[in-house]
Amino acid sequence: MAHTRVDHAANAAAFIKNGERTHWHDQALWFVRAKRDRAVLTVSEWEQLRETAAQIKRHTLAHLADYLEQFEEQATRRGIHVHWASTADEHNAIVLQILREHGAQKVAKSKSMLTEECELNPVLERHGIEVVDTDLGERIVQLREEPPSHIVLPAIHIKKEEVGQTFHEHLGTAAGATDPKYLTEAARGHLRSKFMAADAGITGVNFAIAETGGVVVCTNEGNADIGVALPKLHIACVGIEKLIPRAADLAVFTRLLARNATGQPVTTYTSHFHGPVPGGELHIVLVDNGRHELRERALFRESLCCIRCGACLNTCPVYRRSGGYSYSATIPGPIGSVLNPARDPKRYYSLPYACSLCGSCADVCPVAIPLDEQLLQLRGVIAGKKYLPLSKRLMMKAASFVMKRSWLYNLSGKMARWWLPKLPRFLVYNRLNAWGRQRELPETPKRSFRELYRKRHEQ
Amino acid sequence: MLREPPASVYNQTARFVPAITLLQVDKMRIGLFVPCYVDQFYPDVGMATLELLESLGVTVEFPTAQTCCGQPMANTGCQSETRPVAEKFLRVFRDFERVVCPSGSCVAMVRHHYGQYLEGQPGYRELVAKTFELCEFLVDVLHVPGIKGSFPYRVGIHQSCHGLRGLRLASSSERVGPTFSKVRQLLEPLEGITFSQLERPDECCGFGGTFSINEEAVSCHMGHDRLADHERAGTQVLTAPDMSCLMHLSGILRRRRTNMHVMHIAQILAGRSVPNGK
Repeated sequence: MAHTRVDHAANAAAFIKNGERTHWHDQALWFVRAKRDRAVLTVSEWEQLRETAAQIKRHTLAHLADYLEQFEEQATRRGIHVHWASTADEHNAIVLQILREHGAQKVAKSKSMLTEECELNPVLERHGIEVVDTDLGERIVQLREEPPSHIVLPAIHIKKEEVGQTFHEHLGTAAGATDPKYLTEAARGHLRSKFMAADAGITGVNFAIAETGGVVVCTNEGNADIGVALPKLHIACVGIEKLIPRAADLAVFTRLLARNATGQPVTTYTSHFHGPVPGGELHIVLVDNGRHELRERALFRESLCCIRCGACLNTCPVYRRSGGYSYSATIPGPIGSVLNPARDPKRYYSLPYACSLCGSCADVCPVAIPLDEQLLQLRGVIAGKKYLPLSKRLMMKAASFVMKRSWLYNLSGKMARWWLPKLPRFLVYNRLNAWGRQRELPETPKRSFRELYRKRHEQ
Repeated sequence: MLREPPASVYNQTARFVPAITLLQVDKMRIGLFVPCYVDQFYPDVGMATLELLESLGVTVEFPTAQTCCGQPMANTGCQSETRPVAEKFLRVFRDFERVVCPSGSCVAMVRHHYGQYLEGQPGYRELVAKTFELCEFLVDVLHVPGIKGSFPYRVGIHQSCHGLRGLRLASSSERVGPTFSKVRQLLEPLEGITFSQLERPDECCGFGGTFSINEEAVSCHMGHDRLADHERAGTQVLTAPDMSCLMHLSGILRRRRTNMHVMHIAQILAGRSVPNGK
């Protein structure tokens, strides 16, 4: 694993240098958030629904082993092959093995953050297998050789002019074309040929139902459906936290997912896979990859309830203005700032600090994960492990030293208020003063409140 | 048969605090907590809070041993540096019957995060239950029907996040349910007052404590965006229940030399006039 430490603040500052683009990125995501608000307001029992979803997920996590066994048993009974992978490497090896056994050379893959997390594509490509991401946004970033910048809207950071350029280079569309309809039609024609030629289809999974042994995939483009309907081989990759106990529970989540993700009442396609196509095979790979470990840690267990709707990204005022890549992780935004440092606090030490603790993520979360609280607790973990820069730790040690002593606090305040107005501007506003780059410091009053208070009581 | 989920930290506000009437308040020892940066840089916010409470017949005491709630250290993750400051806060305010503070953020620190540092110490649980942000003290504890006065300006309310989502001073735009705002409720009876209609009614201003320094670029971008929304809406006086957000926003305003004025809600309610100049 690469151990260069991620400096979110520096990445964000680089993104913000292009102010016009930052503004555009913020507006594009706020549009989704506003659409979400309108969709959610039509469901008067929304908060009750969130609570129910949260309880179902927490219950499932508490009994995870039982439900996983039940799922395997039911799926096997339906003629589905179930595989277990404890790591990303194991997952990739299993998928590769299945494809090889079937002599598959061309794969149509629908959206799956899990396969991004496991970095499946490069492994398959190294072994001579062509993988085509068939989700439009994912195909765009794949052609540009970029990772997704958002878990639901992978190409949200790319403007339509840039999509036109990419398609012109790779798909032969007219130079300078920007009409979304024209570009989408071109992608559709291109993908159709890939679907027709595919030997196997790989999908992610939104929900795996323990009671029925089937999996559910939610998409808007139908690419998952066509991708697994034509070839005889379907491999579904699923993180073990995607389990829900009963088919009846699904309705709670489908009511929440699309509304919260994109402001739609429901995804265009909610496809249930409960067995292979006639004459074909369905393989389900259940992946742990650190999930059990996360489940054991009380502070972060609830982050496994996440249904990957992406609403916390859309609402996050920092994500909107720093872009998905500033997090240098498969999953960016608030949920990513919990999941990544929980796994690798050294590399991702800055992510929990890429947050003003506004709490919007926790209020928007469909399964009520207290994301802001988890981010705060992670800061404690990171500072405790001394991954926080020494200068910051020393500053807090000094602040604590002062605040413990009323006399020292009074003296420090008095000196600051006496000196600040007398110092020449360049000594106060310089490279060392990050506050002062775009802001004035507060004006310094002659007397503090406590001095005024004392004076008032002397009279 | 489903297990109860652990209550979200932000849902722990439902607790029994008997409402007190103005008659009873007379006999109570009420402590005023003035956050450290307000004490040093915005003394008038503290004075306005004091005068406002006194005008309502409430006598408050300012224990001078107080310093800070410890939030800067806590939010940086420096937990062992936070503990002694939280312990000092408990010692200073333990013997008061109510504690009032003109900052939602500092009260949210006491209410939601002191458990980590003080659980088990005598007086901790009582402290959490008896510490109030100014607006909630006026609305929920004193049941003040409204403050008399006149304020003929277009006021833009900045919903400080910790007050909004931590103390539920108002309904947040993410949630579905009845809409309310204790801040606006207090301002509404003022004669001549009008309110700005914002495109984003409760987006964060970007202050976020040490975030404002660590992530300076994002912080200031957020601040600029928030002010642009208020400028579009014609805000003349920008107010909030937290001076920290206003310190950040007014820092940007003063650099830009615009003529929007910034006042803490206590200053408006105490009848202060709009400051001259910037």
